[in-house]
Amino acid sequence: MAKQQLLLIGHGMVGQRYLESLVAQGGREHFDITVLCAEPLPAYDRVGLTGYFSGKTADDLSLVPDGFFDQHNITLKLNTKADVIDRVARTVTTHTGETLGYDKLVLATGSYPFVPPIPGNDRDNCFVYRTIEDLDAIIAASKDGKVGTVVGGGLLGLEAAKALHDLGLQTHVVEFAPRLMAVQVDDFGGGLLRDKIQELGVTVHTNTGTRDIVDGESCKHRMNFGEDRHLETDVIVFSAGIRPQDELGRACELEIGERGGIVVNNHCVTSDDNIYAIGEVALWEGRIFGLVAPGYQMAEIAAEHLMGKQEKQFLGADMSTKLKLMGVDVASIGDAHGNTPGSRSTVFMDQTAGIYKKAVISECGKKLLGAVLVGDANDYGNLLQLCLNEMDLPGDPAALVAPVSDGAPLLGADALPDSAQICSCNNVSKGDLCAAIDGGAMTVGDLKSCTKASATCGGCSALVKQVLDSELEKRGVEVNNHLCEHFPYSRQEIYHLVRVGQITTFDELLEKHGSGDGCDICKPTVASVLASCWNDYVLKKPHAGLQDTNDYFLGNLQRDGTYSVVPRVAGGEITPDKLIVLGEVAKKYDLYTKITGGQRVDLFGARVEQLPDIWRTLVDAGFETGHAYGKSLRTVKSCVGSTWCRYGVKDSVGTAIQVEERYKGLRSPHKIKMAVSGCTRECAEAQSKDVGVIATEKGWNLYVCGNGGMRPRHADLFASDLSDEALIKTIDRFLMFYIKTADRLQRTSVWLENLEGGLDYLKQVILEDSLGIGAELEAEMAHVIDTYQCEWKTTIEDDEALKRFKHFVNDDSADDNLKYVRERGQRRPAYEHERIELVEEA
Amino acid sequence: MNSSVAVQWQTVCKLDDVLPGTGVGVRLPGRQAALFRTRDGNLYALDNRDPFSQANVLSRGILGSLGDKRVVASPIYKQHFDLETGQCLEDEEVSLTVYPVQVEGDVIKLAIPA
Repeated sequence: MAKQQLLLIGHGMVGQRYLESLVAQGGREHFDITVLCAEPLPAYDRVGLTGYFSGKTADDLSLVPDGFFDQHNITLKLNTKADVIDRVARTVTTHTGETLGYDKLVLATGSYPFVPPIPGNDRDNCFVYRTIEDLDAIIAASKDGKVGTVVGGGLLGLEAAKALHDLGLQTHVVEFAPRLMAVQVDDFGGGLLRDKIQELGVTVHTNTGTRDIVDGESCKHRMNFGEDRHLETDVIVFSAGIRPQDELGRACELEIGERGGIVVNNHCVTSDDNIYAIGEVALWEGRIFGLVAPGYQMAEIAAEHLMGKQEKQFLGADMSTKLKLMGVDVASIGDAHGNTPGSRSTVFMDQTAGIYKKAVISECGKKLLGAVLVGDANDYGNLLQLCLNEMDLPGDPAALVAPVSDGAPLLGADALPDSAQICSCNNVSKGDLCAAIDGGAMTVGDLKSCTKASATCGGCSALVKQVLDSELEKRGVEVNNHLCEHFPYSRQEIYHLVRVGQITTFDELLEKHGSGDGCDICKPTVASVLASCWNDYVLKKPHAGLQDTNDYFLGNLQRDGTYSVVPRVAGGEITPDKLIVLGEVAKKYDLYTKITGGQRVDLFGARVEQLPDIWRTLVDAGFETGHAYGKSLRTVKSCVGSTWCRYGVKDSVGTAIQVEERYKGLRSPHKIKMAVSGCTRECAEAQSKDVGVIATEKGWNLYVCGNGGMRPRHADLFASDLSDEALIKTIDRFLMFYIKTADRLQRTSVWLENLEGGLDYLKQVILEDSLGIGAELEAEMAHVIDTYQCEWKTTIEDDEALKRFKHFVNDDSADDNLKYVRERGQRRPAYEHERIELVEEA
Repeated sequence: MNSSVAVQWQTVCKLDDVLPGTGVGVRLPGRQAALFRTRDGNLYALDNRDPFSQANVLSRGILGSLGDKRVVASPIYKQHFDLETGQCLEDEEVSLTVYPVQVEGDVIKLAIPA
């Protein structure tokens, strides 16, 4: 059967979700898919748009997986606006005059910002806040201006105000209603929000309508408010609500709501059976849903309906929201204004602390109908569940908003039904989480990657963790983060015990805080913590028996019991003379030689008793240990940068060497890899490293928590355009905070995914020093750097330590069990089947 | 130990040659043993050959306790072996030969099965 033609108009967040859902259901088997996108960029995260001002690039915001369109053979036409729908001929004509036929048509055209009909609203430097192009224009205009004004004090308006503030403009918000966020919060909440925002330096004018906009005296514009009140401003951003982008539907006479919006049924089908509408353009039961979560729901329902599945219906959506506006937590749940007849409110307000909480309770006093939270939205998840699941209140309604003294959650995750929606952005229920846990998910990071729970706004992450803990406990999985049976503490707690108690040996720690003899889990972990804190020589007597064999012999154990040798080649830069020494050593001991991914040389097949001689030669030639065996800094990879490269912006090799020399020998919860690229072409692949540095025209961009290997993770941009000094300071703090708080054998990528508060929290701690520990972290790092020693140099000068480098205590000979075959001109250990032949030949 | 089996004691090293909490490899006639000294000074000896990797490396494993058992963990794939019995804790079909250990003065001796 020939495939049908499916045409999607609009490629925003909802449009992309529709495509993903359709592809996942095998929609490509039945449909040829074409997408028309009026914008020059494919779908990006409009919810996270403000991130564009704080360093996120259009690429970072993109929602389209690499190769998505090619892989699924979907045609995407960017910069292509649909002009006319002919429902009889079933065609769509674009602004370029091209005509495309369709069997099924999906309208995901979204909405447009409403610009109030104020005379002068079309003057230069008057903008809306909707697309990346709008943001680029605002950034350009702000360069010549001093004052910026946002018209509209709703959710998006305050986001825009933050952006103007961050761009360095004196910022004003002009709101027609008597309070900010009039839809979501009440007068008290709005008042508190206003105070908090004004404290940050943004001036708020409520109850203020603009009569006209004319030439200004001190600034570009003057906004006249009437009664002789006016405001001079250089930039104006209109953010006074949205209107459905329903022009196409109107023109072809689809049923349209009185106040706009294309009318759809529970399957998102319009008045024409062949046309669907989803997202902010769709009007369901007289309502437009201006949030992304309901849009995603519609996208999935419409995709299923197209594939012949009718079970799922759109039955409205919860419009509760939680967000951080200019650093202030604001949340609104259900009937926030107490509009339900007979409802009553219970309120908590602390103006000193800047906290306002209101719970709207049903007439019977048993159910929560709605809530407003300002200044502290930690209870959002619990309150939302109580409200959505219409659960009986656990006790006194006043307790819902009263400050919690013991930090106990209001409602155990256990009490929630399986149908409870935990993550509204991605429509993940408690049942979905339980299924993932049954499937083997053990951490919040696992749940995030397999269900997408908490992957969009992150508002539900605390609740996801609670569900995880309670479900694991139910399944008999012991939910403790104890290191092992010998220490009832997590690695983080062990770290604190060692630091605070000034504990310097394993025996002392075991005696004070543990039991038994220790084991192969806690011994290396404690050895690593002791090294991170005090940086003693790892083979010093009390530490020697704690070390994993790699650290004990300062080499990497291979499958036949021999070790590999990796000298440090900082930044991957090496002189020919040193390279010759490596070659000579390899030749003398017949070591298998391979170039590593970290830009150095690995020499395999050294027996324990050979290691000291090999290292004597290497140390004499100026080499140091490369710590390839340790849970510690491995290498700092670099591209050649401005040293030679035509495109190099900065000296990436020099910086890589400086960074590697600084952090070499630093013991950490797991290995650490870094890279420095000399320009944005990124030849050093820094964005796949724990710490990645990329040169820009203005300084260094710092990326963190990337990973290659088994679970690749693209690093996050952490800070932009840093000076050399700021770069080092930031990495110092970042690494020490990781060492302080990570679990055993947890790479930075997984650490960040499980860190409560995520990247924003990490930025606050490291960049804004929100915990006040910045100086302490730097001092701790300084100690490690000051006490660095090359472990191999120390070892070859220490007769006691050298005694250990023997295979037999009672004989100087080598292990006689080692058998090798030669392959491609080098030797390697024989496999078991080859070994039998070799023994027979001998 | 069954006293009817003839054993031969072989001197292997001084007590000071084995640091508490570590092990050393020992060459015996036709075989290799791993000799361990625990934190509290007890001595144990097992085969040095790791049955899972066929490498002679058990002397380089980390010592410790699991419950009331004293164990060494293989440095290759981390299986645990009971120092008293040689039994592998992860695989009941695998166990190692145990060599009786004796200390005379400051000298350590191992018993070799005849």
